Amino acid sequence: MLKGLIGKKIGMTQIFDDSGVAFPVTLIEAGPCYVTQVRRPESEGYSAVQLGFGETHPKRLSGGELGHLKVGNLPPMRFLREFRTKTPELTVGDVVKADVFAVGERVDVIGTSKGKGFAGGVKRYHFSGGPKTHGQSDRHRAPGSRSSGTTPGRVYKGSRGAGHMGDDRVTVQSLKVVMVDAERNLIGVHGAVPGPKGGLVMIKEARKQ
Amino acid sequence: MTDLLKSVEAPANPNIPDLRPGDVVSVHVRIKEGERERIQEFKGTVIRLRKGGQDANFTVRRVATNGIGVERTFLLRSPRLDKVVVERHSQIRRAQLYFMRALSGKQTRLKQKFN
Repeated sequence: MLKGLIGKKIGMTQIFDDSGVAFPVTLIEAGPCYVTQVRRPESEGYSAVQLGFGETHPKRLSGGELGHLKVGNLPPMRFLREFRTKTPELTVGDVVKADVFAVGERVDVIGTSKGKGFAGGVKRYHFSGGPKTHGQSDRHRAPGSRSSGTTPGRVYKGSRGAGHMGDDRVTVQSLKVVMVDAERNLIGVHGAVPGPKGGLVMIKEARKQ
Repeated sequence: MTDLLKSVEAPANPNIPDLRPGDVVSVHVRIKEGERERIQEFKGTVIRLRKGGQDANFTVRRVATNGIGVERTFLLRSPRLDKVVVERHSQIRRAQLYFMRALSGKQTRLKQKFN
């Protein structure tokens, strides 16, 4: 059975368990997702299920996207994502709901982290910056030396430094599912999830159980 | 979206009245001892009140035997709180009564406020 969902991050709060311990929870509006395509080894060379999420106005989609969805007589949806699975028992048009996950299971959540723009080394790689006192000026958040002198005479590729930060695909592994509400399509996971409120997230079965 | 968040959060406990710093309260806490559950009372003065929805909490200070001060912080929405009884209000002039920590004996008395 496919264990995957596309959802929207709603936000974080804190809830209490039965013994009264409070813990952080991220709420995700997950599904309902429609199976939009099933990829098989015979035809595509690998097996996966393509899910769709986020109903929208038909005018928001291109003709190609609409045509792709029309095959299964599906509503227009904004987001299509593929989930690899060994045994795609689903067929086009099936609905995947929040109850594919149960409370207590572990999941991986994939999102797009918040963009930080062009960030310096202190923020991006936790460089320590320069001294704050002892007559220093303009050195407080400087990265220091990037390389040696005449040898090698260049900066090695892949050296850490200032640059664009955030807006990356980030996976958070092995979050515990603490709440499932199939009626309202809600899933609550223990801990934080990448991205802003309203951001698109993918929920998968945890790779490391 | 905030409505969805609110729907999963714990509701306010109806057995907890509005608290103010300086109130002398007795907090009834549910305690699990193995299988059994009993209620423990913690009586003292509210020296701090932190608002903030799910994370709202308050700190109660009492002076135990030998003049040892004991402070406990409770989450207002915690299901472990059975009830809170306000025994008296006090006339106070600040929001956080940290100065109480430095006082002992008769100095710790606060002037009662009658409503």
